[in-house]
Amino acid sequence: MYRYDHYDQAIVDARVDEFRDQTARRLAGQMTEDQFKPLRLKNGLYLQLHAYMLRIAIPYGTLNSRQLRMLGHIARTYDRGYGHFTTRQNIQYHWIKLQDAPDILAELATVEMHAIQTSGESIRNISADQYAGAAADEICDPRPWAELIRQATTFHPEFSYLPRKFKIALIASPTDRAALRWHDLALRIVRNEAGEEGFEVFAGGGMGRTPFIAYPIRAFCPADQIFSYIQAVLRVWNSHARRDNIHKQRMKILVHDLGHEEFTRQVEEAFAHILTLGTDFPRAEYERIAAYFAPPPFETGLPDEIDRADPDFALWVDRQTAPHKAPGYAIVNISLKRVGGIGGDITAEQMEAVADLAERYSFDDIRVTHGQNLVLPHVRKQDLYAVWQALDAAGLADVNLDLVTDIIACPGLDYCSLANARSIPIAQKIAQRFADIDRQLELGELKIKISGCINACGHHHAGHIGILGVDRKGTENYQLLLGGSGAEDTSLGKITGPGFDEDGIVDAVEKTTDVYLRERQDGERFLDTYRRIGVEPFKEAIYG
Amino acid sequence: MAEDIIRFRDDEPHEEPAVSLDAFLDQSNATAVRVEAGEDARRLIPFLDRLALIEVDFPRFRDGRGYSSARILREAGYKGELRASGDVLVDQMLFMRRCGFDSFAPDAPIDPDVLDAALNRYPYVYQTAADAAVPVWKLRHG
Repeated sequence: MYRYDHYDQAIVDARVDEFRDQTARRLAGQMTEDQFKPLRLKNGLYLQLHAYMLRIAIPYGTLNSRQLRMLGHIARTYDRGYGHFTTRQNIQYHWIKLQDAPDILAELATVEMHAIQTSGESIRNISADQYAGAAADEICDPRPWAELIRQATTFHPEFSYLPRKFKIALIASPTDRAALRWHDLALRIVRNEAGEEGFEVFAGGGMGRTPFIAYPIRAFCPADQIFSYIQAVLRVWNSHARRDNIHKQRMKILVHDLGHEEFTRQVEEAFAHILTLGTDFPRAEYERIAAYFAPPPFETGLPDEIDRADPDFALWVDRQTAPHKAPGYAIVNISLKRVGGIGGDITAEQMEAVADLAERYSFDDIRVTHGQNLVLPHVRKQDLYAVWQALDAAGLADVNLDLVTDIIACPGLDYCSLANARSIPIAQKIAQRFADIDRQLELGELKIKISGCINACGHHHAGHIGILGVDRKGTENYQLLLGGSGAEDTSLGKITGPGFDEDGIVDAVEKTTDVYLRERQDGERFLDTYRRIGVEPFKEAIYG
Repeated sequence: MAEDIIRFRDDEPHEEPAVSLDAFLDQSNATAVRVEAGEDARRLIPFLDRLALIEVDFPRFRDGRGYSSARILREAGYKGELRASGDVLVDQMLFMRRCGFDSFAPDAPIDPDVLDAALNRYPYVYQTAADAAVPVWKLRHG
């Protein structure tokens, strides 16, 4: 993985110094809260219901064991012994004291980590395919480009007071594991007819109260020009977005209002100009970064056979591992979705257990997924049994990847000041209803996503089954959506009808799955059946 | 008023009051113009050689349109005074400098020591901008 040189380290150290100074000026009353707020947000610090929340960047979801141990140390020292992985591959802590934040950032800087631009109206931490460098279907490892874009967009002087947040995702596979087109800017590495690498570009995606799937705006941007292209997109948006209504300032609104053809025309005009300025990073810098992502020294001649004598292990292997590009290796998915737990939460001890396993069995490499689970990307198949046993001992060997209990839920009213309803208890009730593993496997791939308000942090628009918590005359009410997807077959879920109370929504989900089991044809996932038969049979079962 | 202006230029301050963009475009013998947030700075590009002062207003410090206006004007070759006025705060002035502003007319006074620390805190930058800072990639590769 990428390592800081003294330039990167000096920049991150200066950031710690700057935030320490800003926090001191705030605490001394030399700055108003209104003036301080954007500064703390650009350092990941939100004020929530009970305390400050600190969100730490995990660039493109890649960690080493030393970093994960530091995250455990922070959980234990400054929080309540646990952290929460997010849908954008970051980690956040929910019980932080403002005066501790500069010290936490200083500790993070010692392991080449930071909280830069993890919040606020800035270019956020870039997310990427968690299987990068391991996936059997990728055309290249997208992380060198992700790191180059990370540097190019860090403290960008023109684009640090944007109309709203700006999220970039990057993949290099036909399979989309990163919810690509739900981002403001979605990049997919492709090859053109001449065999050159470049970027297919989509713009104007986003969830929230006005969901849009990103439009294709360029079929091929030469790889070495991508920073110019990103700046062109940002300049058009920064210059022309509304500034009078926070709910209308995301780039998706401008793309929609102008029409994507006119937006694209303006971007191309700006791109032609910016290209002449020489701001793109040279090929030599890409190659310097890419050298850090050279494939690890995979052994050859390893066996592909796995001893499946232990049925619990075989069950885990079948569900939690994925094909690796190197023979004899597998990708291991670690579930953070224990039934009855809080999705994405992990204790300090569990972080240390995963760090140990990564160091011993996965070339010191750990990934965070947008589905709020973890990945050990490079495990020898002959080591899978030992890894499984160690995960089991740490309470991390659950079997539910992409199954009905692998639920994304936002923190909701239990933590968040924006929420209208609780999300976590709904996820827990649904998971308990479907806890039986045979039943989960029978239902197959089924992605439930729950948000506690229309800001959609729980990705309800993209759930095969989505749930949106709203406030209805002072009581929590839950709307059901069907048919969304965050994968390569991106689609927007539709609301079925009137909402439900807490128990009613769990029943409605169960009735929805009953219709699927009754109607499905050979090999169909829930989403396929829904797309074939439409919403009516589900509405009949739910409301009939 | 002039004594409240923070300047990073050696020439004498321009005394002529700035006219609005529309007024400038109507009777273009003025040498100072004021661009409000949301106005398209590109409209000034044909006239840059006769302008001595362009003032870009920041109605609220969080409104970042003025950063793009500054970059557009400098990229078009404008060499005169480029002034950020309005809700200009010390914690945004480094980025304003990098976008090409060389003069500041803040609504509220700026502590010079805090400003000095803010402008000199970062030893390196990642990108080329309108200032003279050399990006890290160039330092790495000579």
